[in-house]
Amino acid sequence: MPAVQETVERVRRIDVDQYRYGFETLIESDKAPKGLSEDTVRFISAKKNEPAWMLEWRLEAFRRWLTMTEPTWARVDYPKIDYQDIYYYAAPKPKKTLSSIDEIDPEILKTYEKLGIPLREVAILEGVEPPPGGAPSANRKIAVDAVFDSVSVATTFQKELKAAGVIFMPISEAIREHPELVQKYLGSVVPTSDNYFATLNSAVFSDGSFVYVPEGVRCPMELSTYFRINERNTGQFERTLIIADKGSYVSYLEGCTAPQRDENQLHAAVVELVALDDAEIKYSTVQNWYPGNSEGKGGIYNFVTKRGDCRGRNSKISWTQVETGSAITWKYPSCILRGDNSSGEFYSIAISNGFQQVDSGTKMIHLGKNTSSRIISKGIAAGKSQNTYRGLVSAHRKATGARNYTACDSLLIGDKCGAHTVPYVEAKNSSATFEHEATTSKISEDVLFYCIQRGLSQEEAVGLVVNGFVKDVLQQLPMEFAVEAQKLISISLEGSVG
Amino acid sequence: MNVVVAKTGTGRALGDAFAVARDRLPGKGAISDLRRQAFEAYERMGLPHRRIEDWKYTDLRALMREVLPLAPQPDATALDRAAGTAKAQAIEGVRRLVLVDGVFAPDLSDLAGLQKGLTIRPLRDVLEAGDALSGQAFTADSSNPMIALNAALATDGVVIEVANGTVLTQPLQIVHIASAAAPGAIVTRSLLRLGRDAVATLVESYLAADGATAYQAHDALVVAIGDDARLDHVRLVEDATGAFNISSATVSLGAHAHFNTFGMTTGAHVSRYQLTVAFAGEGSKVETNGVNLINGKQHADTTLLLDHAVPHCDSREIFRAVVDDRAHSVFQGRIIVRPHAQKTDAKMMTRALLLSDEAEADNKPELEIFADDVTCGHGATTGALDENLLFYMRARGLPEKEAQALLIQAFVGEAIETIASDTLREVAIAAARRWLEARA
Repeated sequence: MPAVQETVERVRRIDVDQYRYGFETLIESDKAPKGLSEDTVRFISAKKNEPAWMLEWRLEAFRRWLTMTEPTWARVDYPKIDYQDIYYYAAPKPKKTLSSIDEIDPEILKTYEKLGIPLREVAILEGVEPPPGGAPSANRKIAVDAVFDSVSVATTFQKELKAAGVIFMPISEAIREHPELVQKYLGSVVPTSDNYFATLNSAVFSDGSFVYVPEGVRCPMELSTYFRINERNTGQFERTLIIADKGSYVSYLEGCTAPQRDENQLHAAVVELVALDDAEIKYSTVQNWYPGNSEGKGGIYNFVTKRGDCRGRNSKISWTQVETGSAITWKYPSCILRGDNSSGEFYSIAISNGFQQVDSGTKMIHLGKNTSSRIISKGIAAGKSQNTYRGLVSAHRKATGARNYTACDSLLIGDKCGAHTVPYVEAKNSSATFEHEATTSKISEDVLFYCIQRGLSQEEAVGLVVNGFVKDVLQQLPMEFAVEAQKLISISLEGSVG
Repeated sequence: MNVVVAKTGTGRALGDAFAVARDRLPGKGAISDLRRQAFEAYERMGLPHRRIEDWKYTDLRALMREVLPLAPQPDATALDRAAGTAKAQAIEGVRRLVLVDGVFAPDLSDLAGLQKGLTIRPLRDVLEAGDALSGQAFTADSSNPMIALNAALATDGVVIEVANGTVLTQPLQIVHIASAAAPGAIVTRSLLRLGRDAVATLVESYLAADGATAYQAHDALVVAIGDDARLDHVRLVEDATGAFNISSATVSLGAHAHFNTFGMTTGAHVSRYQLTVAFAGEGSKVETNGVNLINGKQHADTTLLLDHAVPHCDSREIFRAVVDDRAHSVFQGRIIVRPHAQKTDAKMMTRALLLSDEAEADNKPELEIFADDVTCGHGATTGALDENLLFYMRARGLPEKEAQALLIQAFVGEAIETIASDTLREVAIAAARRWLEARA
């Protein structure tokens, strides 16, 4: 290409502002001593004023964690994590006791405003102030739970939700206020002994969201949590528990960002969903943790366990994820289709650029009768990244009439990246019908040429093709997230061509 | 996860057996060293188990438990029984090369009137002579314990060389016959080298003489296909239903070469066939197709690895599994496209048909792609016979079993049709039909 100088400049420009959320908020914080021991677990539990049973639960998990070894089967490569060199708890130092949103540290409020997340519910309600970023959502209500480092700083629309009977609060509060619900469901989908990172999370999780939608209630608004890692050298371990009681419906969104730093930070979350008879949970994620710089330095290690249990008849759980951030992503949002006629869905866009490594996919475990599942995965690898889809579809002996459809498509941009597909399809029942297809290709030269000829730049053309490629999944996202996700996709791919 | 396994009694016994068998095994000096290294490689890992990713679905520690001591040299009665089997299952018009209990049987083989450019020798002779070829036959894959074990213990096999430009007019058949009544391990290794522009057809059959039941067959085939050469390969596993067949084939292709292979498994209690194809020259083409027809408590595993290391190569895989009763079919197919292998065109399709509620089919098609200008895809389906089609046929007066048989035949037909040679295609169709008739 003749425009070498132009290309060089463009790439340089992108390097500076590619990650829009890389700023840091300067506030004082309250941290647990560095390192992990039973004392750390006790410290976190004490900070949260937890009842004795909760501390016991954590300690049991911690003791088990000590006996486990870090798994190595995923196609990711990273230096060994020193678990003693991490702060396990960091909370913004409270200036005084909070009684309303206006008393939150203005620095934190500013942070969320910069991220485009409205915490001031009144303004949004009246439509006076368009939300920052200009998303066309001014008239739609979204209740937000904002988690800053280890603690939840604000949860909006609590009153209105309460009127509908929906409980939406930080999990640390739920442990104190609704111990019967937490005790019944916490760890029932992802047991404390599940895997190395889930066990670690069980021991040291600091906060997260708790949602309970009572029988027959359709949650009146979208629920949303924004996670922000701010503090240096900290790990974030949040825990989300969502219970949809019989015949209820809830849609939940989560977003995440972190400052740009040279060191790697660990994020090991656990998300548990429980859907009882006829209930439906829709869980959407836009994951945009800091992916590291162009040399692959820094970035978040995103080792997350997400699992949904379709416990009741006719229940449904749907996962939608847009993964653009993190240095390493290692997550498999899964559905256990236990109830008869239950269904699970997984829609995913995973984009990797630079030196990012993604090993993600899903598990659909068919246990009940006439269960169905659908997997649509779109992987896009650019730069020097490695992008792996790893998924399991299994039907057990008694899962008569199980049905699965899987489509995994990968797009490669550039010749230094890799795209891999590792599906496991296990049928132990003759009435199971499973279909799996996967393709890998690059963007057709003809299509690019066509676009460029009509006046689009190379990057715009690639953006257009990629957006077409991921359309099936974007359509599954709630409106305001879809717009954000679309922008994110073009940002993450910047600098991958030219 | 690393699992440290304490050595079991049987593991120690095998070590002793190797020490004893060493003197009986052909090859001195360098070969003897290779055997020792291969055995050490096997010992480090032991029998593969489900914690090893490649053996996830075929846990030999649970299924096979131990490797038996080598089967004894066949005596006159064993050879007689084998001769009967060879005759009963003969394929018209092929040149037969027979191995009985892991030993080449010249009297049962057709060695007369070899075409110019074709040489056939028993592996034992090649190893004893310390021929340059012997090293090639022993390219052991130390990452696979079963191939390493084969290298350590192989007693005999066939070494076939087809000279440059030679077009074989007659297909070759290697017949593996288990004849001894006492259970033992039959370890064989064969080498086929095709020169530039050569064309050949190879059939491999695994059979059991009357009375041979619970033996273990471990075969390894090493194939080198030269530039512009073509090999058609058909593999039929009709072992005794109590037997084990843990085998492998390692194939390398030069430029513009063509390799068409078809495998069918109807026999053996537990079978595993691992085929590795390495593309070493540009413009080559590979078709890898297969059928598993299994019932009872059979376990059949087909594992393919297609390694696209160079640009402009095509590969196609069609695999069909028909699983009845409590049988378990496994298909693992991995396509690797290395960083410089641009313009690779690879497609893999695997389908499983479950005929019983207790049957199990596991499919693991994998893509591992490091080059961007490629077209790769795979598909996998699992399901039962279509009720509507069955109803249609039954409404027209066909009995249920017959209707099922027709549908199954059509299902596996797609893979069988890819066999290039008419004679061999008929052989495969006949084997499939025998299986269906036994079912009815």
